This record gives sequence, structure tokens and C-alpha cells, in this order.
Amino acid sequence: MNDTNKNNTVLRFLTCGSVDDGKSTLIGRLLFDTKTILTDTLSQIEKSSKKRGMSAIDLSLITDGLQAEREQGITIDVAYRYFSTGTRKYIIADAPGHEQYTRNMVTAASTSQLAIILIDARKGILTQTKRHSYLTKLVGIKHIVIAVNKMDLIDYDESKYQSICDDYKIFASAIGLDQSGTNIQFIPMSALNGDMIVDRNNFINWYKGPTLLEVLESLDTREDIKESALRLPIQYVCRPRDSDNKELHDFRAFMGRIESGLLQINDKIKVLPSNQESTIKEIRIGDKILKKGIFEESVTVSLHDEIDVSRGDMLVHANDNLTATKGFTAKVCWLSETNLSPNRTYLVMHTSRTSKAKIASINSKVNINTLELEEAIDLKTNDIADVTFKLAQPLIVDKYADNRGTGAFIIIDESTFHTVGAGMIESID
Amino acid sequence: MKEKISHLDWLESEAIHIMREVAGQCANPVLLFSGGKDSLCLLRIAEKAFRPGRFPFPLMHIDTGHNYPEVINFRDKKANELGERLIVASLEDSMQKGTIVLKQKDEPRNKYQSITLLEAIEEYEFDCCIGGARRDEEKARAKERIMSFRDEFGQWDPKNQRPELWNLYNAKVHKGENIRAFPISNWTEMDVWQYIEREKLDLPSIYFAHKRDIVRRGGAIVPITNVTPAKPDEKVENLTVRFRTVGDITCTAPVASEADTVEKIIMETASTVITERGETRLDDQVSEASMEQRKKEGYF
Repeated sequence: MNDTNKNNTVLRFLTCGSVDDGKSTLIGRLLFDTKTILTDTLSQIEKSSKKRGMSAIDLSLITDGLQAEREQGITIDVAYRYFSTGTRKYIIADAPGHEQYTRNMVTAASTSQLAIILIDARKGILTQTKRHSYLTKLVGIKHIVIAVNKMDLIDYDESKYQSICDDYKIFASAIGLDQSGTNIQFIPMSALNGDMIVDRNNFINWYKGPTLLEVLESLDTREDIKESALRLPIQYVCRPRDSDNKELHDFRAFMGRIESGLLQINDKIKVLPSNQESTIKEIRIGDKILKKGIFEESVTVSLHDEIDVSRGDMLVHANDNLTATKGFTAKVCWLSETNLSPNRTYLVMHTSRTSKAKIASINSKVNINTLELEEAIDLKTNDIADVTFKLAQPLIVDKYADNRGTGAFIIIDESTFHTVGAGMIESID
Repeated sequence: MKEKISHLDWLESEAIHIMREVAGQCANPVLLFSGGKDSLCLLRIAEKAFRPGRFPFPLMHIDTGHNYPEVINFRDKKANELGERLIVASLEDSMQKGTIVLKQKDEPRNKYQSITLLEAIEEYEFDCCIGGARRDEEKARAKERIMSFRDEFGQWDPKNQRPELWNLYNAKVHKGENIRAFPISNWTEMDVWQYIEREKLDLPSIYFAHKRDIVRRGGAIVPITNVTPAKPDEKVENLTVRFRTVGDITCTAPVASEADTVEKIIMETASTVITERGETRLDDQVSEASMEQRKKEGYF
């Protein structure tokens, strides 16, 4: 539905599964049933479906990508799709399920609040289901939908569905998914027929739970802004000295996006890493003067005292005991085709600050199929490892489990400037 | 106290964050400004990101020479109001230099924009161009990064893009390479119109319903102008139309519409059955992969 409601919120989610699981069909179905697919796109798909010898419209073609991909029959990259219901605006990160899987899924998951993991009802839980679940947990997603798809191919058999759910619960507890506060919802469905995506189906009337869209619509995405600590990384300092307006000659304002928590007028704050303290004089977004700024807002703030603040600094509340660090240990997902070489210097980009970094040690590597830890000396594409870093400059970090915004970083190759790794901080030196 | 900002606030905040990252990371960025609705949203976002300071970048228009005069006047007025520098890089100059050679005098010029853009990037040594492209526009765009890497020839290589995680944007480049930054990547056409309504943004008049001479050609409404005359056997009608997108005259078609306010346009957008580009961009219909091809050649 192309709704005009202006006060809805954003929910970002990803879909995990390979082509055979019906992932593209599921996305196609969501877009189709929420009336997001417009006539000209539909007629193009109809043409393509016919060209490929199909009688009905193949909804999976909605997510068909680039020419280069069609020629090689592969999917290169994460694609982003949009739909809106009037309650919410949705952003789907559609991660392809072939080679490069880990890299693409970690990328798609990094901005998502919910993951849909597809299971083919005929096949049950596979190694890849475990891989998807592990990665979902690694990237800190708190809401998982286990979509048991292709129910039509097992005659909507309730007992088979139940045994898949039971198997998954045993696995989830084995990897600690159930202890991490993750909320798991099971839904039997047929993406092909549109059962339990947006509409219900009589064959599954034994299932009393919500449809997929109902889960998406009702998910509470709000943040407890009083409970979480204020983190405001400074991106840019505004000094309009050359302005025609003389009143602005001494004006200085600090600009950034609030990564977590709540900032209010007259709050006592300190600047890290310098530890200088002041109070908040003004908070604004454009011309609008605000009493407070909250999580995810990009604000402009000015302070009562003239203290030195630069890009890369962070504002926190004065009573916060957070300090800057020159070392941490993190789970790293290696993204580059070129192996990590432990003797090289890399750049670590974290919030608005970038530091040179050396690898102090590679502690272990995760075997993504068995989920067991193995010894490691180097890292290849798609490897996930526990790595300890030494930093040239102090960074102001939290553990990823406590704060996604200040616990995450990317690794950049100093010579090519490519993004070669992604990290989630587990412990701080 | 549980809270979450609304979707428009969220989209705006994300876009402000991206622009400030460009300003923080890039030495010499530029904002591509056409006078169209998407780039007008970019200007409002830049105001919210940098005022009371000046923009840390000039504005630049790649002028095909085939523009609606309403849009060009609006462009100049807007840059003037903001008090920011406007660079106009024109296709005519590239033609005079001989770097653009038209096959036919009246052919659509959209695809040649890349050449003039790349020349301007080289001349002014821009390391980043901020553009108003959106991922919902077209399938080649659905896979575009927010900070998209381009090599020395301005080429987009879909197989060689930097992974982009969380809200960490890597805009580092070597001399000669550049980044295309797309702050409103995650906006849809509806989001753009809702933002225009909320922010009370002025738009060029051709976005609103007006009378215009047109002919009907292969399902599309083609406006009659000095560069797009009617063919001898065609019947010219005077129709009430509006433009959904604004670009080079030769490849932008209006739609029949009575919507003369933003509010009415939003109502129409909500009930429309045809995509923005499918309906009004004559150049994207040529082949299934035409946008992908143009992007590889250095297009936005």
C-alpha cells in the first residue's frame, strides 16, 4: 500500500536463505501483497516470466538484479527494497545466498533490527540455517522470524512443522540464542501461494499465531532512551566566522548523530577523550530549537563554555565513567579477497574517528559450519575470528553487546582504501 | 521512557549524517543540483546539516542546454537565496571542445552528461559528488552504496564496491578517484513528496498541473518544445499535465494530471499504478539494463 501517513516509523530487516528456499519469492510476495509493485514493473516481470517459459508470473523476478548478474546467473550484492503500510516504512536488505555469503549477510544484518530465516519445510534445519542463525546472533539482531516455507509441498502438515520448530529450539539453546534476550517467532508459510505472509490460509488454520506482516507491524522498535547512556560522536564543528552576521563571529556548534540515549538542555556533559566538562546550552535541528535530542537524531549543539571539541570527539554525560582506549578485542568478519596480513598496519574507522591499528593477535577462528573455535594464523574472505588490536590513537568505544553504534568498526586497507573487515568489540583493554 | 523518531525524521537524520560525513572526510566535495525535487530535498538537508555556517561545498549543475526555462530560473534563484556558489558545467562547452560529439543534432543528451560531469570533476579536482539518486528508482540503483566508489574514469563497477556496514561510510580515495554520495538513497518517491510538504519546499512550477502542448507518442505524452517539435502527421493537444521528474527536455515526459498542490500530488502518488521512471523517463525504457550501462560509464 502506498500510504500517505506521515507519522509512521522505520523498520529495517533482512532475509536469509538461498534461492531454493524461496527467499526471492517471499520478498516478491511481500511487495506484491502490500501493493508496492506497480503496473509497468509487473508487465516487465510478466514478459520475463514468459521468456523463461513460465505460465504464471514468477514473483521472484521482482528482485532480479543487474545485467551482469543475469548473464552469470548469480547475485553479486546486497539489494535494498522498500515498502510502506501506513504503520511503518520498511527497508529490506536482500542478501544473496551464494558464495560471499558471510560477507553479504553481515553487511545486510548490520543495519537490520529483525532477520527472517527461511527454512524449506521439506528439508528442515540445514547447516546453512545454523550459519544464518549464528551470524544473526553475531551481529546482535534481537528479533528472528523462522519462516518455515513451502508448507504447501508437505500438505500443510502440522506435526512436521512442529518437529522443525522443536529441532530449531534445541539448536537455538545450544548456541545461546535463547539466553541473549533474542525473541524468536515461528511461522508456517507458503510464499508461492501467499499463505501467512499478508493473508491467512485455511489449510493452516491449526496455526493461531500472527502472519509475517503482523509480526513486522507490531514489533516494538522503540529504544529506552533513559536507560541507555548518551553517546554523541562529533562529526563536524560549525564555526561561521566568515558569516556576514556579526553575532555569529564567536559562535561554535558541534554536530553529530546521537548513537544512543537522551540529551537535554542544561545537561552536564564531558568531551572524550579530553575529559573537559560543560553544560548544554542549545540543541537544534536546522531552525528548530529543541528541549531534547534522542537516539538516531542528527543534532547541532552548543555549550555554555568555550572548550575545544573536534571531529572524532564524543560527548557523554559528565557522570559517565567511559574512557578512551588504545586496545580492544573484537569479533572480526574479514570481507576482502586479500587475506589479512598480521604484520601490516590497517585503519580502524569507528564512529567519526579513524585510527591506525596493528594486529596484536589472532586468537581463534570460528568454523562457520560446526560453530567451533579453531586456531588461526591468518584470515581469508568470509572468516570470522577473534582478534586483538593495538591502536595508534585512543578510540571511545563500548562493547558491541551494549551499544551497536559505538561497538562497531570497519577496517580499511591503508594502501587501497578498500573496506576489508568489519568488527564488533567484545572486550576493552 | 521508550521512544522512536518518525520515518521522515529518521530519513532526514540519516541524510544529515551522511552529508556531515562527506564534509568531515572529503577535501573537496560538490553537491549536484539540478533544480529538481530530489536535489531540492538535498539543499534543505544541507541547511539542516550546516547552518548557521556555510555549506562546505559549492553546488554544481550539469546543464544539457535542453532544460525547461522555469527550472533554470528556479535553480539560479535558489542558489542566490541560499548565498551559496553555483557552478554550471555545460554540455555546450564539452561540444565546443570536441569531447562530446552528437550523432544527430536533436538526439537526447542525458547520456552525454557523464562526459561533462567527469570533465568538471577533473577541472575542479572534486573528490566527492553528492547526488539525489534513490535506490527505489531503478534496479541498478537498488544495489548502489550510499558512498559509491568510482575509479579514475568515473566508472561504477558493481563487482568492486566497498562493503558498507552500520553507518560507517568509507569515503577515502586516491587522487583522481572519487566518491558519489547519495544521502537520500533510502527515500522513496512518496517520502520525497511528504518531505516537500512537511518542509514547505518551493518547487519549479512545472511540477504542478499546468496547460501544455503535447503529442501522444507510443503511449507517452511528449511535450512540444523547440527541441522536440511535433512530427508532421501528429496531432498537437493542449493538455493539463505535470512533471514527476525533471531532466533533459528530450527525455522527460509529463503525466496528465490536475494536481496543482503538493497535497494533491501526494494523493495521486499514493494511488498511482506506474513507477516514476517507467512513466516519465523515456531513456530508461530503451533496454532492460540501460541505467546500469549509464552508471558504468560514469553517470550519477
